[in-house]
Amino acid sequence: MLLQKALTGTRGYWFWVTALVALVGLGVAAWLAQLQTGLAVTGLSRDVSWGLYIAQFTFLVGVAASAVMVVLPYYLHDCQAFARVTILGEFLAVAAVVACGLFILVDMGQPSRVLNVVLYPSPRSLMFWDMLSLAGYLAMNLAIGWTTLSAERHEVAPPSWTRPLILLSIPWAISIHTVTAFLYAGLPGRSFWMTALLAPRFLASAFAAGPALLILLALLLRRVAAFDIGRAATGRLAVIVAYATVATLFFLLMETFTTFYSGIPEHAQHLRYLFTGLDGHAPFAPWMWTSVVLAFAGLVLLVVPSFAGNDRLLGLAAAAILIALWIDKGLGLIVGGLVPTPFEQIVDYSPTAVEILISTGIWATGALLVTGFFKMVIAVRRETARAL
Amino acid sequence: MNDRPVIIVGLSLFLVVATFPVWYNVTAGTSPRAPDLQRPSPTAVALVRQREGTADGLLAPSCVAPRDQMRASHMTLLARWRDDVVRNADRGYLAYDGHRYDKNLSATCLGCHDDKAKFCDRCHDYAGVKPRCTDCHVAPSK
Amino acid sequence: MRRSGAGRRGPRERGAWRGAGAPAIQTIDRRQFIGLAGLSALGLWTQPPARASSVQAPSARRWAMVVDPKKCLEIDGCTRCLAACHRAHNVPSVADQRHEVKWIWKERFERAFPSEQNVYTEDSLKGKPVPVLCNHCDNPPCVRVCPTGATWKRDDGIVMMDWHRCIGCRYCMSACPYGSRSFNWDDPRRHMAVPPSNDYPTRTKGVVEKCTFCEERLARGLAPACVEACPDGALVFGDLRDPKSRVREILRARHTIRRRPELGTQPVVYYVI
Repeated sequence: MLLQKALTGTRGYWFWVTALVALVGLGVAAWLAQLQTGLAVTGLSRDVSWGLYIAQFTFLVGVAASAVMVVLPYYLHDCQAFARVTILGEFLAVAAVVACGLFILVDMGQPSRVLNVVLYPSPRSLMFWDMLSLAGYLAMNLAIGWTTLSAERHEVAPPSWTRPLILLSIPWAISIHTVTAFLYAGLPGRSFWMTALLAPRFLASAFAAGPALLILLALLLRRVAAFDIGRAATGRLAVIVAYATVATLFFLLMETFTTFYSGIPEHAQHLRYLFTGLDGHAPFAPWMWTSVVLAFAGLVLLVVPSFAGNDRLLGLAAAAILIALWIDKGLGLIVGGLVPTPFEQIVDYSPTAVEILISTGIWATGALLVTGFFKMVIAVRRETARAL
Repeated sequence: MNDRPVIIVGLSLFLVVATFPVWYNVTAGTSPRAPDLQRPSPTAVALVRQREGTADGLLAPSCVAPRDQMRASHMTLLARWRDDVVRNADRGYLAYDGHRYDKNLSATCLGCHDDKAKFCDRCHDYAGVKPRCTDCHVAPSK
Repeated sequence: MRRSGAGRRGPRERGAWRGAGAPAIQTIDRRQFIGLAGLSALGLWTQPPARASSVQAPSARRWAMVVDPKKCLEIDGCTRCLAACHRAHNVPSVADQRHEVKWIWKERFERAFPSEQNVYTEDSLKGKPVPVLCNHCDNPPCVRVCPTGATWKRDDGIVMMDWHRCIGCRYCMSACPYGSRSFNWDDPRRHMAVPPSNDYPTRTKGVVEKCTFCEERLARGLAPACVEACPDGALVFGDLRDPKSRVREILRARHTIRRRPELGTQPVVYYVI
């Protein structure tokens, strides 16, 4: 049974899994405290009513969507470098969507009522469509990943229904992150978010962050599991990350231009708050500038030809870009949209220990899923390689 | 056959666990009788009748629906009232006694049944249900 | 299963209706059948969806409010409207300002009307507090984004809340351009200044709340609590559809502005300037 593959491992594997389970346990305990008292245990406020949880959700939807960056080249353009990587992308997507769902759940004021979104469908709400598209994407990728891995294990071709489903997952991946951007981009009162460029920015940064994460995972697997996806694959992924990072930075510059050249104060205030601070409040400035510097640095490391083929630099570049884009979406996006408030007030937000514990617990859940899935893939590959 | 002791121990354990509800309730002295509900006090009823304008008629205490119907499906009635009032702004309820009551848990129902602990909670505790109505709907203070 | 030599003829010619010379056996091939079935299904789909009849006939009213900030300022530091509203609705008074819950409150003029900003704002309004509340917009963004229908616009114009259905996602709070909505970050009963009255429920933790134009008082023919409590008549409430109502009188006679009108939300709370 495939699942059994995830339940056998070295001592190092079990140590890692135990550590993750411990983090999940801590997260659950923190969540119980939050359920008991209410969201007052977070750093959220009447003015900054969305924070770390929703920001993590947004970032992880991007990671989930980024599977398309390995699926599309292989299935539509026969890029053989990704032949044995698509399944990793699909399973990463599954783990990311599960984590997304958990972040939404912990952000709800009345989580026991969350099924109301299904019981009382509201097609005018983007949240309704987000729920549908994410649920569909999860089911799709789980079905595809599991089936193709089982087929690989039994050394047969995967059933023919997987192919149209995989092709469907390509536009679907684009749609999940577009719908998520639409959550923000249609709100008339939030000028930082209400830009046509938001969905393209989301997609560009997702297509940089996701493959960067894949590169890091690949390098890690090479070291700890003697599993190599191949230089061609990591090289291709690096190219994708580079171009997507260029697009991301370009879009940021575009936002900067329209905001500041137009001179409309309301638009400029949000970027100013994030990067230079307003009224003496600049809690995010160090983070945002670090993000920009890291993104450029990562890009340079990827692009300069003499750095190519150096795995250490590749890992550094991927890590730098991943962190930079996590800061952008996972910290700056949400708070930047809500501050200054509609009353032009600056309200500070910083996550509390409970928020951080719960968030870490959910990230650990995602990591646990990735661990289990990747372990299955590696085990199957080893098995079939031995059989050859 | 050295499995026999294990099997016997296992079976006995199973029997103990499976018959738990029976022997636990017998030893704990839990009464099989239905909970004793306190009827509304005449003063509370009179106050409600005064407010609702029914001082005209009925001598015996009455309710918005017959007792057996309320016993069986008061939650259905309340859920319908909830949606009628909140979502359709429809607040009048024509009861079986011909009187028009206000669809209001706190004022109409709890106006007469003003001691939650001796009325609502008695059955709810017995049945092990925890309705969350009073999280929001204020029970009158005695 | 095509009839040889017959070419493609419609169902009529093929003998769907027996006419003179029609063949005894009518056949239809698979492709034609599926096409017909699809057309029929389309026909079903174009029927208007059956609507459950509303219990209450659509209201002919459209509630609105006119606020006169200068009248309000005649009594220095007056907060009777907020006190009346919050008492009538068991609104908690939370000490931590980050978690405060407020249905109506006073905001500095420049903050309530950022688009009216002007270094030379007239002295009588510059920096002065004006009452603000939910605008019960005609085109409310909060209603659009609610994923459960826990907030919706009634026929009489009131943007209503259903606290039984709200899941506390706070999307409406992000959508509202006016900051009109508050969230219960913990159990509101822990923050009651006075014990809650049983004339109105409290809310539970984890739901969003806001002004509902006192719809429960309107149902009994009473004016909203804030309007009733205002000693100066600075708050006027009425029916926009009635040309003889006080709100329409004022709107005809005086210049009024609304908050952030450029956003297209169409607020129905007007401010006399």
